Amino acid sequence: MTTVAVKPATMAQALTRAMRDAMAADPTVHVMGEDVGTLGGVFRVTDGLAKEFGEDRCTDTPLAEAGILGTAVGMAMYGLRPVVEMQFDAFAYPAFEQLISHVARMRNRTRGTMPLPITIRVPYGGGIGGVEHHSDSSEAYYLATPGLHVVTPATVADAYGLLRAAIASDDPVVFLEPKRLYWSKDSWNPDEPQSVEPIGRAVVRRSGRSATLITYGPSVPVCLEAAEAARAEGWDLEVVDLRSLVPFDDETVCASVRRTGRAVVVHESGGFGGPGGEIAARVTERCFHHLEAPVLRVAGFDIPYPPPMLERHHLPGVDRILDAVGRLQWEAES
Amino acid sequence: MTVMEQRGGYRPSPPPAWQPRTDPAPLLPDAEPYRVLGTEAAGKADPGLLRRLYAELVRGRRYNAQATALTKQGRLAVYPSSTGQEACEVAAALVLQDRDWLFPSYRDTLAAVARGLDPVEALTLLRGDWHTGYDPHEHRVAPLCTPLATQLPHAVGLAHAARLKGDDVVALAMVGDGGTSEGDFHEALNFAAVWQAPVVFLVQNNGFAISVPLAKQTAAPSLAHKAVGYGMPGRLVDGNDAAAVHEVLADAVRHARAGGGPTLVEAITYRVEAHTNADDATRYRGDAEVDAWRDHDPIKLLEHELTTRGLLDDAGIQAARDAAETMAADLRERMNQDPVLDPMDLFAHVYAEPTPQLLEQRAQLQAELEAEGETP
Repeated sequence: MTTVAVKPATMAQALTRAMRDAMAADPTVHVMGEDVGTLGGVFRVTDGLAKEFGEDRCTDTPLAEAGILGTAVGMAMYGLRPVVEMQFDAFAYPAFEQLISHVARMRNRTRGTMPLPITIRVPYGGGIGGVEHHSDSSEAYYLATPGLHVVTPATVADAYGLLRAAIASDDPVVFLEPKRLYWSKDSWNPDEPQSVEPIGRAVVRRSGRSATLITYGPSVPVCLEAAEAARAEGWDLEVVDLRSLVPFDDETVCASVRRTGRAVVVHESGGFGGPGGEIAARVTERCFHHLEAPVLRVAGFDIPYPPPMLERHHLPGVDRILDAVGRLQWEAES
Repeated sequence: MTVMEQRGGYRPSPPPAWQPRTDPAPLLPDAEPYRVLGTEAAGKADPGLLRRLYAELVRGRRYNAQATALTKQGRLAVYPSSTGQEACEVAAALVLQDRDWLFPSYRDTLAAVARGLDPVEALTLLRGDWHTGYDPHEHRVAPLCTPLATQLPHAVGLAHAARLKGDDVVALAMVGDGGTSEGDFHEALNFAAVWQAPVVFLVQNNGFAISVPLAKQTAAPSLAHKAVGYGMPGRLVDGNDAAAVHEVLADAVRHARAGGGPTLVEAITYRVEAHTNADDATRYRGDAEVDAWRDHDPIKLLEHELTTRGLLDDAGIQAARDAAETMAADLRERMNQDPVLDPMDLFAHVYAEPTPQLLEQRAQLQAELEAEGETP
């Protein structure tokens, strides 16, 4: 019996490979953004693409996010499939008007005659020691905008599969890349034919019976770690990785909560007006009679993103998650 | 050891990496708005083109009047009239080839119609039965754009994409004087110049952004001067002189088509009517100013030129007016019919495939309609 040598790969490498494979398969795929060409991106996610496909296919643009996304709209109008890199979460804000007023609604405005197949890659989230405007979790802004898909991978394999799906999608996709997972490694063979993950399906990362942790992106590994630690407390936690915030997979989430009867939503984004409120409401509306306790949220504090020397107090960690699990009214069972 | 000694040299002036990139002189706009009508240049203009421009101006003026009337009858939610600006609207459409693209703002319905769009479909946005009433690909007219200047980067991207594909396509993007203050104006012009994209930017300087005059909008010598900062030529033209606007825009289109890159054209014109039917222009300007511009009217200017030179007689004038009346009657009749609305359309074009959440909401609306007995 022979085994294929599977080398560990990083999420950044999987993302690069996804763009490379998409560009090779489809000449209309164009990568554009700040420093994506010669440098290969500040996170090196576009490394080698300009060299392999030329600067017309992987283009260093002027430093102007609205211009980048606005010209990508025009390119998509003409039949191209732009993959736009926003260098950091907080640097994507100048592009909001293009995103909200045009990208998200051009299909709707034109009764489906002018869809915009644009992928907007946004490195997001904290935990890398970035200063000030380099660590935002901006997903709540995006998921509040109808017409966008909002996707975020948590594993190396998903980074590849979901990015391929995003680029192939005929709708605009905001593709949120958890930057602190860029260098996470996983056994993933980049030379094997890769699967494209459908957008809109959550996945159970860890099965458990006691309670469900509902999470996504950078918080998935934290929740898995918390689930391991929870075994010492006698809790067997299930971890659901949403992968896609829009569309939202009510089915997988609710099936899990109905099994466990308890749920905690975990994300870095602020709690007030954050995705957790919507998720808790959806779960409560659909699973009320299965719930043993209110759905709780473990989120970032409702503060501007803190300076790096204080960010560990802000980010949801194992202890804060376990503390929330402990408040899920277990006394009713004893 | 001092710092200088460590680095091994000392240079009192900057290294020669910096060089001036472009001689700005050829990019500078004309000192005065370029004119053709009433000047010697008019003699060289093609009489056939002038007569066509005239017919389109008359038709355009009538279209604006009819659309404004439709707002009073409740058939249009709102109409931003381009009365007085017809020369710009018409010339922008006429200088383009069939394969080229037009990127209009919300005041440029007339340009879209002059480009060949159905006059009723062009008013869908303003009637309010949908946002864009036409397939943009059919006549290569992008959706009428309300957020100011945001369509300009689209024009740049489309022209850039066409050039990458090797297609001979020029994009002409329209914006007003107020729109030049927007960030997207700056970013679009900068991208266009860096990419040498085949784009023509037409700024209709009609004097006002709703109520705010140009003096509160910019301190630039002219809006056309802004071109120089981006490294593209700026042109200044009398926006009420249809022959001049056509010539300047046609030059810019030719320049773009030949690979020369973008041009910024500022057309000096005037918004004779209020911002929209919902605006009251008497709050911010006087009659004398408006009257002066009414004397410098695009139709009067061209009619005077054509009749003086014997290129147009009373019968020709009447023929143009009759054609405009026929168009207006057709527009009136069709706009007086109630549009057919399907509430289920609300969910039809949000995504290629509706999300599970939208399917639930669609079912909710369906049930509400059935309860009301309104099922289509």
